[in-house]
Amino acid sequence: MKEQYSQIQLDALREIGNIGAGNAATSMSKLINKKVDMTVPKVEIVAFDEAVEILGGPEKLVVAIMFQIQGEAPGTVYLFFSIDEADSLVQQMTMSDDMKLFDEQENINEIAFSALQEAGNILAGSYLTALSDFTNINMQPSIPHLSIDMAGALLSVGLIEISTITDYAIVIDTKINDMDTTNGINSQFFLLPAVESVSKIFNAIGINEYE
Amino acid sequence: MSNTSQSPIVKVGIADLNIVTPPQIIRTSGLGSCVGVILYDLPKKVAGLAHIMLPDSNHAKQKKFNKGKYADTAIESLLETLGNEYGVRTYSLKAKMAGGAQMFQFSSSNDVMRIGERNVEAVETILKKHKIPIVASDVGGNCGRTIDFDPKTGDLRIRTISKGETII
Repeated sequence: MKEQYSQIQLDALREIGNIGAGNAATSMSKLINKKVDMTVPKVEIVAFDEAVEILGGPEKLVVAIMFQIQGEAPGTVYLFFSIDEADSLVQQMTMSDDMKLFDEQENINEIAFSALQEAGNILAGSYLTALSDFTNINMQPSIPHLSIDMAGALLSVGLIEISTITDYAIVIDTKINDMDTTNGINSQFFLLPAVESVSKIFNAIGINEYE
Repeated sequence: MSNTSQSPIVKVGIADLNIVTPPQIIRTSGLGSCVGVILYDLPKKVAGLAHIMLPDSNHAKQKKFNKGKYADTAIESLLETLGNEYGVRTYSLKAKMAGGAQMFQFSSSNDVMRIGERNVEAVETILKKHKIPIVASDVGGNCGRTIDFDPKTGDLRIRTISKGETII
């Protein structure tokens, strides 16, 4: 059964995405020393396949950094990049233009990987800190888990976590991006809260009653 | 749109299942720790595929759920439909499967993280119970897979991003 939420509750989830990504954008701006912008968050309650479609379909090649949310409101946070965007982020962080995740022979560059994981740590950390402060619910990111593969294969890890309870994912989707149009970095945050976490969040901000 | 001379492709989503006969081909995309299991009868040229997320429906906290989500309910459901609607007998079925990868490397080895492995084990156990032989499988590792099965030839085509394409 699809969860039913009131307009106020959906607005609250959108605001949560806003607060989290706003804080993450500030961190990103410090990290690359550039102005960073964000989109208005989208909140979607979608079937699992539709959640994967938001990322461009099950076979789309993506760079994913995944964090399990530890604390009182479990869930999963993902940061998604394209390989080019991740390369660009690593280059700007390390100030070396030739730094790439993979070399010409497709071998992994360990330094670039760990720089990217560290960026993920900082961004997800500031995202969850903002949520935690706003709701007064303790939420901590796990260590970052980085993988580059098909979007469906990577997102399903978070979907499996909620799948014993529901057939729908609440996706709070926000993009942050620097203003660079040629070497732009678009980073997509996906927050997949567990069903019980959503009611905890609503309780914490006093809107658990339906309209 | 798709060319009619090409085989039409029936897509199976996450936690879903379906059955095809030629000229149709059945596909599921982006398998990670999920398992794609195919039950087929080559002489009858019919094949069912399920995209399984979890090993055991006893873990379900819902009253109503997609049968394709769990290994046990997915395989039962395929057997039922293959038997009732296609007249396929369980003893003439063979199986192939792919998926069950570990997409992220975790330092801890708790059960939630071994889900791919557990899915594979569950499918093996259930198929053994029904005496359905697993003719070929490509499971484990750490890469995503898209699979196509052709009920006419019994070929399972597996595509990955880093290791290209194989047929089993």
